[in-house]
Amino acid sequence: MTATMEPSTKVTSPRLDSKVPETDDIANMWENHKFSMKLVNPNNKRKFTVIVVGTGLAGSSAAATLAELGYNVKAFTFHDSPRRAHSIAAQGGINAAKNYQNDGDSVHRLFYDTVKGGDYRSREANVHRLAEVSVNIIDQATAQGVPFARDYGGLLDNRSFGGAQVSRTFYARGQTGQQLLLGAYSALNRQIESGGVEMHNRKEMLDLVVKDGHTAGIVTRDLLTGEVESHSAHAVVLATGGYGNVYYLSTNAMMCNVTAAWRAHRKGAFFANPCYTQIHPTCIPASDDHQSKLTLMSESLRNDGRIWVPTEFDDSRMAKDIPEGERDYYLERKYPAFGNLVPRDVASRNAKTVVDEGRGVGPLKNGVFLDFADAIARDGAETIKAKYGNLFDMYQNITGENPYERPMRIYPATHYTMGGLWVDYHLMTTVPGTYAIGEANFSDHGANRLGASALMQGLADGYFVLPYTIGDYLADKLGDGIVPTDDPVFKEAEAQVADQTNKWLSVNGTKSPEHYHRELGKIVWDRIGMARDQNGLEKAQDEIASLEEEFKTNVRVMGDNTSMNTELEKVGRVADFFELAKLKARDALVRNESCGGHFRVESQTEEGEALRDDENFSHSAAWEWHDESTEQTKHEEQLEFKHVKLSQRSYK
Amino acid sequence: MAQTIPDLRNPQPIRNRKKPLPFPFNVWQSAIGRKWIMALTGVGLLGFVIAHMIGNFHVLEGPAKFHEYAEVLRDLGGGIIPRMWLLWILRLGLIAMFGLHIAAAYTTKEISRKASDGANFMDGQKSYPGGRDYVAANYASRTMRWTGPIILLYLIFHLADLTWGLLPHTNYVKGDPYNNLSTSLGNLPVAIIYIAANIALALHIFHGTWSLFQSLGLNNPKYNNARKGLAAGLAGVILLGNLSFPILTQVGVIDNDKNECAQFTEQAENTECFEELLSHGGE
Amino acid sequence: MSENNINITLDVWRQDGPADKGRFETYEAKEISTDSSFLEMLDVVNERLIDDEKMPITFESDCREGICGTCSLMINGQAHGPNKGQATCQLHMRTFKNGDHITVEPFRAKSFPIIKDLAVSRAAMDKIQHAGGYITVSTGSAPDANLTPVPKEAADMAFDAAACIGCGACVAACPNSAAQLFTSAKVQHLNLLPQGQSERWMRVEQMVDTMEDYFGTCTNHGECYEACPKEISLDFIAFMNRDYVKAKIKNRKLAGQN
Repeated sequence: MTATMEPSTKVTSPRLDSKVPETDDIANMWENHKFSMKLVNPNNKRKFTVIVVGTGLAGSSAAATLAELGYNVKAFTFHDSPRRAHSIAAQGGINAAKNYQNDGDSVHRLFYDTVKGGDYRSREANVHRLAEVSVNIIDQATAQGVPFARDYGGLLDNRSFGGAQVSRTFYARGQTGQQLLLGAYSALNRQIESGGVEMHNRKEMLDLVVKDGHTAGIVTRDLLTGEVESHSAHAVVLATGGYGNVYYLSTNAMMCNVTAAWRAHRKGAFFANPCYTQIHPTCIPASDDHQSKLTLMSESLRNDGRIWVPTEFDDSRMAKDIPEGERDYYLERKYPAFGNLVPRDVASRNAKTVVDEGRGVGPLKNGVFLDFADAIARDGAETIKAKYGNLFDMYQNITGENPYERPMRIYPATHYTMGGLWVDYHLMTTVPGTYAIGEANFSDHGANRLGASALMQGLADGYFVLPYTIGDYLADKLGDGIVPTDDPVFKEAEAQVADQTNKWLSVNGTKSPEHYHRELGKIVWDRIGMARDQNGLEKAQDEIASLEEEFKTNVRVMGDNTSMNTELEKVGRVADFFELAKLKARDALVRNESCGGHFRVESQTEEGEALRDDENFSHSAAWEWHDESTEQTKHEEQLEFKHVKLSQRSYK
Repeated sequence: MAQTIPDLRNPQPIRNRKKPLPFPFNVWQSAIGRKWIMALTGVGLLGFVIAHMIGNFHVLEGPAKFHEYAEVLRDLGGGIIPRMWLLWILRLGLIAMFGLHIAAAYTTKEISRKASDGANFMDGQKSYPGGRDYVAANYASRTMRWTGPIILLYLIFHLADLTWGLLPHTNYVKGDPYNNLSTSLGNLPVAIIYIAANIALALHIFHGTWSLFQSLGLNNPKYNNARKGLAAGLAGVILLGNLSFPILTQVGVIDNDKNECAQFTEQAENTECFEELLSHGGE
Repeated sequence: MSENNINITLDVWRQDGPADKGRFETYEAKEISTDSSFLEMLDVVNERLIDDEKMPITFESDCREGICGTCSLMINGQAHGPNKGQATCQLHMRTFKNGDHITVEPFRAKSFPIIKDLAVSRAAMDKIQHAGGYITVSTGSAPDANLTPVPKEAADMAFDAAACIGCGACVAACPNSAAQLFTSAKVQHLNLLPQGQSERWMRVEQMVDTMEDYFGTCTNHGECYEACPKEISLDFIAFMNRDYVKAKIKNRKLAGQN
């Protein structure tokens, strides 16, 4: 199967109405739009039921805020507690245009940096709104008791993060994600206690139910009993995270998956830009075949560490035995201005280049050095310990090596996915009444996400955007009841879910779901990883398809469907990863340009940098599902840049 | 064993919450409140143990002085409060503290038992069938629920022996504590019982003293490090002090042969005898 | 066998369901890389079990970097294994020696019913959080974040409490099945901050009362602190005890009197 190269249509598909207000006044666009949207009277809000799937930053904040407004909220998580969602693992921080440091930050600058950082593949209107509400997030989180870092005067501290030219990142030691999630979770707890939110733990959404073109509800599987249930609502909000685990090895948690988003895609929600994946440059390299995940270390390490590899190929000497003259500080050499602080994609790709050349370090030759010797000599070990002590400890625990004495080994790993369900300015997918927020949508980061922006976007969507925009949809539904769960659409969906689940148990093959996930991940990492080319992507499509065939006929799922069965949970998620991987390869293939996290070997500058093709690819690609035997159709949303001038990124 | 299937999302509470009582009874309703009461009564009992020990050192001054000490206790509040009254008030206070201390201990233990039911609750504590490895819990802390009852039994024995004179091994003479103490502890098995019980008491005090700071919330990083030292010191001093009585009796330092009034068996008679002695300077 | 590999023997608690009787089963885990984590070792054991058409061992984990609190396990009688300040997912096999015999059990407490094998339900901990683990501030009503300075020491201490990942190791390690360390961390995180003062007394009462609905009583052994992957201090338990009885005594109408 080789996909044909679809030429760009250069016009926005009529199916993709972005609902961006028609105004050139971007600074007041959101403010004015809030006024023009329809409202639901406070007394009427209780007549609406909203389902929120996922309880990470975006889901918890949305569920809590909707309940505060008076909506009936049903929240779902497949975890045992909302607090376990993977937002919890974010280390670095959260951006906000507070300008507390008086260094010239502003909403416009954050907007500008985010559009530019996203390599001009995001929607200006959404990004500007994100920058605007960023300041409210910090206020909200602080009031909830999130213990952000403070200076001795008791005011909030900031740091510069991920190469930003201003200090706008708020942080809570190395666990900003956990603290912000605990804040959102506490708001959710208050609503659970007061009855505003009906919490459903350990239930996995396995289908979206649509009736007459409008969202009717979801079908879930109870992970403790295997019971398939329907839940009906006026609107469904998907806050189910990204699809980074399609690579098998990533910094995502073991259970992160694309299933909820993918099932929505199969019910009519367009899936946008699946080829955009962020590869984080500072992760700990894999140590063996049984590695289950990769651990990320905060990017802040690059502030003081110097990245290098030996100049010689296949050099097996210890780092300390390699003389200065035989070390290649390749980032400092190639990018004198930014040096080790180049953006994530640039740092990642350069690491891949030197490792592919055979200059990798470590037992498996799969990493590059991140060396603190100079920083320790300059500032003293105590200072370095104060700044990075916990990260150094973590590194030592995982690798068994002492980073104070020998350089760390790092290598890029999949970290975040910018693609996701296509949404309009209201964060609604192409299925009316179904919304996608946080990492599950595609909207704000374009082709590349800036450091400390993921937490910002999740909370912006959940606290300050969705709760307003959802009213515009619901206002028209006043008086409409929810579709009863014994309606045929629900019964059909339930039967389908139950059938599929039982089918997995009866394949009786020979290999575990884990095995196929790992094999799939290898293909995706090799072919749709940091650098992609036409040949590899075409091969990837074939390889994925044939592995999927084998998977469907040879997977072995142990256990039953009446008690907790993690194998059975896993197999369905792997099946969805297969379908996603095929689309990802196709999306990467037709996007014949390099941009942000998507690097096409065919499209690079003479110096080997990513080269955008704004003429042909200044659009988001949104894919429409038809059925299993028909390939998805591509729709384009053309991107206009009225407020940020298009320019080729340069970090020289 | 028939077991009901637990609700995995809504675990069954281990006890039913009662309607809140007015202050101060509401303090008793919670386990933390009971721990406060246990700690406060523990402080009171600790004070008694220390005072009792110090008072007993009068035994080293000889029978007459020891008798005088006993009389002073009976005359507490002398001149203002009728004889024996204040002593009885103190005794009632002690009994109340004992009662509350024991009730709090027993009921909180029961709560813990219920909280560990089904998790192989054995020997007063939760256990892991695969075995478990204690890191912080020491012998003293893990044996509180054994040393407590041992102390209670010992207390009853001690009262029966030296206060009520019910035990045959002691040649009990009311009003002659020197005689009673020395004849009781002169008996080797009894001395061993006293020694064993006081080791249990010291262990109980060791964990209790450190623990009460936590239970009362008396916590300040500036002196936190001193808490364990204080507990060890206090337990050690009380252990040495209390063990000195049976040991000194066994080695003959405390001996009823030194008791010049030993021939009197009526309280009035030996009071007269001792007062006579004291008026001659205790000789 | 490569020098980085070890052979170990596992005694693993297997239990089919919440109401079933459990038992230990013994597995030989051969050729385990010392660079792998304890959970990756279990992954390997499970894949081999599946290859032999046997039921894999059910255990829970998610982030595998010690922050989500999903993983549990009592390893050789210690919650999260022998290393201090680590969750099970951070425990690496280099901690063990070739030929070691390792016992693996679920976290045990009445309010942690076993779901299957090594997976337990910790829903009771969420109930404590529902009861008062929040500051009442509806979205949009927050004042500017820098309006109230928070002394750095207070903020740092609140953070030390907030670092709790809610894994339940404290309950598992506690001989009384008490949840004091967890609850105190959650209570004091908010009670130490100026933002948390309005609801301070109500919060501590509600959360403690809910805790006592499900868990045992603290006897100050200190096992919880030793087991805690985030090394939450016992000091928070003392602070909670103090706040709780103060809350009983105080007249709330005089809210300004702290």
